[in-house]
Amino acid sequence: MDILVYGTVNSVQFALIAVGFTLVYGVSRLPNFAHGALYVFVGFTTWSLVNSFKVVYPLAILISLCASAILGAVIYRLVLIRLRGLPTSEIIASFALGLIILEGFRLQGIGGFKGFIGPFYVLPSFVDAKLRVAGVLIDFQRLFVIFGGLAVVIALWLFTRYTKVGLSLRAIAQDEQAAMMLGIDSDRAAVVALSIGSALAGLAAVIILPLGNVTAEAGYKVLIDALAVCIIGGLGSWAGTLLASFVLGFAMILSDALFGALWKSVVLVGAIILILIFRPSGLLGKQKELEERV
Amino acid sequence: MEVKERRKERLDRGIKVRTEGLYALSSWREMGYLLAPRLFLIGGLLLLPLLLDMYWQRVLCIAGIYALLALGFDFLAQYVGLVCLGGAFFVGCGTYIAGLLHVYLDLSPLFTIPIATVGGATVSTLVLLPCLRLRGIYFAITSFMFPMLSVYIIIALNVFGGTEGKSGLATFPSVWVDQYIILLAVLICLFSMRRLVNEDFGLILRGIKDNDQAVRASGISITLYKTKAVFISALMGCFGGAYLCHLYGWIGISQFAMDFSILPISAAVMGGVGTLAGPVIGALLLTPLSELLRGFGQLRVVVYCLVLIGFIVYKPEGFMNFLQRKYHQFERWEEV
Repeated sequence: MDILVYGTVNSVQFALIAVGFTLVYGVSRLPNFAHGALYVFVGFTTWSLVNSFKVVYPLAILISLCASAILGAVIYRLVLIRLRGLPTSEIIASFALGLIILEGFRLQGIGGFKGFIGPFYVLPSFVDAKLRVAGVLIDFQRLFVIFGGLAVVIALWLFTRYTKVGLSLRAIAQDEQAAMMLGIDSDRAAVVALSIGSALAGLAAVIILPLGNVTAEAGYKVLIDALAVCIIGGLGSWAGTLLASFVLGFAMILSDALFGALWKSVVLVGAIILILIFRPSGLLGKQKELEERV
Repeated sequence: MEVKERRKERLDRGIKVRTEGLYALSSWREMGYLLAPRLFLIGGLLLLPLLLDMYWQRVLCIAGIYALLALGFDFLAQYVGLVCLGGAFFVGCGTYIAGLLHVYLDLSPLFTIPIATVGGATVSTLVLLPCLRLRGIYFAITSFMFPMLSVYIIIALNVFGGTEGKSGLATFPSVWVDQYIILLAVLICLFSMRRLVNEDFGLILRGIKDNDQAVRASGISITLYKTKAVFISALMGCFGGAYLCHLYGWIGISQFAMDFSILPISAAVMGGVGTLAGPVIGALLLTPLSELLRGFGQLRVVVYCLVLIGFIVYKPEGFMNFLQRKYHQFERWEEV
């Protein structure tokens, strides 16, 4: 029972982390290697708003989510837009941007800015209480993770099916040329996708981070997790992302329970290698076999 | 009123055209034109150790390692179309294999370095092999993940010395051996790579980059060629790693650090991608810069990244292409 509950929590964490990355890649074929950095960015901004500027917690969350959405749009407008269609440069530039944000948070004392020193950055839980679910003790924050994840997935599903912007994003994702002929601006769609993706990374941070510390290293870990989920589920595939996060989430909790916590990262590597060997387009990837897999 | 515009016209120098064929041998002037840049690089690199003091000599050794990595990155990215974000994995493999051979089997550096170079390259190629069948960003993603995952695994399983690593390994007999090993390696790799990419092998690789289906339709196994290319690039990285292990007499998880992945990329972009000599020059310029910034600790990575983005957005051709243009062509304004 433990495994079932914690496995679900873990899986939803994976899903939350990965949806933003999938969205951006699915819509504009941009691998956003700055994803993990945006996650940490929101965590850190919220923390400093709450602790240094004494802003109310929900308001702080809102402000930092907006900030990350704007940052995403700025990243696209200033840098990535000049590099569309040059895959090498896209990867390198977004990776470098992510590193700038992440390592920039270690900056100390320039203009009164204080970055990370030591592991003392904890976001408060929304509600500090525990609950018994089916015989397992679970704190409220983990329940929030589950419901938050669920809400995000449903909201995204509705957004991409019933709003004009969402529909245009899907159109671009399916066939860029045809969508452009119908008057959808591909650059604007990419900006929207990138800012929603960044906000989603931020949302994941706000929901997940109260369970642990905010550190710069978390950014790398989140990026790796997101990439792993996307490879296993199939790049740019929604259902695949969800399926893969459950597969990975449960596999990790199971290996934790059976062999000890040390084997978690081994499971991650093993899963990626197995998938790449046996089903290179991912569990539910729809990429045309000949195009991606040569 | 007639609007007059000016545009820049670039023409090849006569001597450049003359030196392209056999006529290069016609006079000393032509041969000098061809040889001067090459001899300048070779002579400059070989003389550098004599001009520097102890501290900068050490920096030169590190710059050599970065130059090898940058060369490998440039080769993979521009001639095969594989963006490798995990140069640190090559270095780490080389270092650990050399170090462990030395610690457990007590082999001398004379044996550990060659074994680690070939062995490390084999290991890295095998690990990266599953994603070589794929196109697109898979290679970038997996190569990015492996150095970090190896660190997690080494810490988690507490093998190979765990977080502390192993120290007290044999070092090279003198600083001169230190420097000339790596400088010779850089020069040999640079000139043999330049030769290699103009052979049939390089032609096929460029074909794979531009249109892999066409290469495949010609009955050539592209996975095999990609594997060979990764192996060659890994050879250089692993040699750098094995050398690093005996340079400091120490192995540890920081040899999988981000510096080894990102600095070579910055160096390659700054020096001029696709020129092979550019990345080497970029590494030789960027490493001293990073040494000057040593006081900032981890922030150095931010500086490399800023350099990287600045060049990639505003000056994508890099130094080497710029110099080549100035050397081979003359420019003049003409009215249109």
